[in-house]
Amino acid sequence: MRKIKSFLGGLGLVALLALGLALWSRLPPAAVGGLLLLLVLWLLLTRRGRQTLSVAGVGISTLGQRIGASSVIVIGIAGVVGVLVALLAMGDGFQATLQQTGSNDTAIVLRGGSNAELNSVLERDDLGVIADAPGVARGSDGKPLASAELSVVADLPKKSEPGAEANVSIRGVGDEAWALRPNVKIVQGRRFRPGLRELVVGQGALRQFAGLEVGHQLRLAGQEWTIVGEFVSRDSHDSELWGDAQTVAAAYRRGSSAQSVTVRLTSPAAFGTFKAALLADPRLKVDVSTTREYYTKQSEGLTKVIRAVGITVGTIMAIGAVFGALNTMFAAIAARAREIATLRAIGFRGVPVVAAVLLETMLLALLGGVLGGFVTWLIFNGYTASTLGSNFSQVVFQFRVSPQLLWTGLKWAMAIGFIGGLLPAVRAARLPVTTALRES
Amino acid sequence: MKYLHLIWAALFRSKTRTFLTLVSIVTAFLLFGMLDAVRTAFDAGGKSLLGVDRLVTSSRYSIIQPLPKALQARIAHVPGVRDVAYANWFGGMYQEPKNLIFSYAVSANYLDVYPEIHLGAAQRKAFDETRTGVVVGELLARRFGWKVGDKIPLQSTIFPQKNGDKTWQFDIVGVYTVAKGSANGLDQSFLLHWKYFDEANAFGSRSVGWYIDRLQDPSQADRVARAIDALSANSDHETKTQTEQAFSASFAKQLGDIGLIVGAIMGAVFFTLILLTGNTMAQAVRERTSELAVLKTIGFPGASVLAMVLAESVLLLVLGGILGLGLAAVLAPVVSNGSGGMVNLPPVGAGNWTLGIGLMLLIGLLVGALPAWRAMRLNIVDALAGR
Repeated sequence: MRKIKSFLGGLGLVALLALGLALWSRLPPAAVGGLLLLLVLWLLLTRRGRQTLSVAGVGISTLGQRIGASSVIVIGIAGVVGVLVALLAMGDGFQATLQQTGSNDTAIVLRGGSNAELNSVLERDDLGVIADAPGVARGSDGKPLASAELSVVADLPKKSEPGAEANVSIRGVGDEAWALRPNVKIVQGRRFRPGLRELVVGQGALRQFAGLEVGHQLRLAGQEWTIVGEFVSRDSHDSELWGDAQTVAAAYRRGSSAQSVTVRLTSPAAFGTFKAALLADPRLKVDVSTTREYYTKQSEGLTKVIRAVGITVGTIMAIGAVFGALNTMFAAIAARAREIATLRAIGFRGVPVVAAVLLETMLLALLGGVLGGFVTWLIFNGYTASTLGSNFSQVVFQFRVSPQLLWTGLKWAMAIGFIGGLLPAVRAARLPVTTALRES
Repeated sequence: MKYLHLIWAALFRSKTRTFLTLVSIVTAFLLFGMLDAVRTAFDAGGKSLLGVDRLVTSSRYSIIQPLPKALQARIAHVPGVRDVAYANWFGGMYQEPKNLIFSYAVSANYLDVYPEIHLGAAQRKAFDETRTGVVVGELLARRFGWKVGDKIPLQSTIFPQKNGDKTWQFDIVGVYTVAKGSANGLDQSFLLHWKYFDEANAFGSRSVGWYIDRLQDPSQADRVARAIDALSANSDHETKTQTEQAFSASFAKQLGDIGLIVGAIMGAVFFTLILLTGNTMAQAVRERTSELAVLKTIGFPGASVLAMVLAESVLLLVLGGILGLGLAAVLAPVVSNGSGGMVNLPPVGAGNWTLGIGLMLLIGLLVGALPAWRAMRLNIVDALAGR
């Protein structure tokens, strides 16, 4: 009967923990701050709180003597937080790079049903119709701000591994592309001249691939091309090479077709008119989306996968770390059994003992979380990586260790510390005073 | 061996501690099993021995550049080439955009070039005779519950038909199994006739995506590859011919450096694990100081004590490690099946086991070293006196 009771009690504790964790993961920073304030007030103002402080003080002051065991908690949790934050930073970085590429006041038109530019074809006649649609902004010369573009892929040697080749995206753009994307700035050399086999290279592509320095020659589609400039855009265009659309189309035998048309709208509100006009036009069969929508969709799949992997790996590691913490804290309590029993004997209640052990574990966990987050930030913030994007070419992106991610990491650390400390704390409080005092 | 019961008893002297440590080791090796299987699957790409006699010829500039179909006859005449098949990426999607299908439009002799694809003779005949017929891999068929005789509408994300319709109708005429050790993903492929594809698609241009060249002698691969590339040198469709392994590996590499990511995670995991079990072993030895002193008093030499402590830590690691790896081996197929092929966790292979057991032994020795050394150098008088 007692066994069943204690089993049911354990089960209840686990269910309560799961519920608590679910709540905890959704808790906004302000609520956590509030909880922290309550805790501090309780510690300082109530009798039990002050008792807790003094018991915890003894435990914390003896941490130095148990440095090996305590560092297991700190390092274990630092490892969990580090891996979790690094993986999430990878997903966030990729998503941010693609999302920044889009905006609400530019729209992209693709052939109906194509998910990416690579799969799309628009004929010459379509291009004119799209550029003249209502809602498209016009430049100072009265021409619509629309760029018919072509994205092809070339194999180029990577810098990191000599001999290995990867796909780089070559974008043929129209004359209006520069006005359409004011964030694209030439930092070295000059723009390509329409009609010539000249390219400008994005900073990301330059960093990843060999032989793209300004002034170098490049062999594409059997012809020699010259790199005449380097540009920065801080979005996914950074991974591309740009050339004149018609020259690129000619080299890759695409005739006068293009793959996408990007236009600047008179205002974000004009998107509805623009889209409706194109969809209603019987000459066209196209998909229309704002560039923000388009690039967000492109990042969705991979971002989700990376997040899922990050959280799975993080959870498995967290389980390991919880058991490590349990081990350490059980040992710590066993070593201090007499001391705790003495406290209980002279009148300390269970709550201060439980709270003190929890406080100690969570302090160690917090230390681990901060350490893990800091090391990850040091190593990975701004770390450049690349992967295969939906246009079948490399997208260069940077890891982003944002304050939100660090916050998430800290919350994980606290949760691990709490679970790891709870059971030992409960055991400490339940320690039969007489036997514990007699133990040597 | 005769000390086994002694080591076992020492290990379970403190049950809670050993259990808690074991669980940590189990989780570490569970993670190791899953991640290392992913790493080897990526590393391998097409590194199956079944493909050593195949070369892949694609456009030199990029895989999306098509090659003329006329090249087939010319490649077939290169000495050392036994057979030439070709394929085109179809970019199929079933019902929803997330259900992307590895679908290829293939030449009539494609199945001959891939002897690891096992298709019944009757089904093979049906495939050869049905214009809209397709054969699909077993895993793919299971994922969507397809059977022979089903009519499948597949949307191509790239190719519309001549009438502008992007949905193509296919008849499943065969479901194939693949030989053990085949390249990853082969049992998830969807093969349709290139002929049907070329006639019906709006851009039908008698061009193909890549050629697969089967060799008479794998050791001639380099020479034959150069000879094939020489055929179209300085033309507007220069080619690049490489072994199937190199071709697949270059794909996997483009996704990112999986090996590096997995390596970094495992580094963090095992570093923590070493610290954790090291601490456990140190505690265990510290607690037993007087027992070890008794052992030495009754005549156990220092070396035996050293060996026993080492054996204890290795046993702890091996126990937890084997449990963890076993769990990974059991979980991987469960997850893969449960998600119906959506998440495809590769099975834990012999290579993963070898590496895993190697790591268990290494970490076991590493964490046992210091406590064992201390146990060996134990001064009996001091230890018994509790100093």
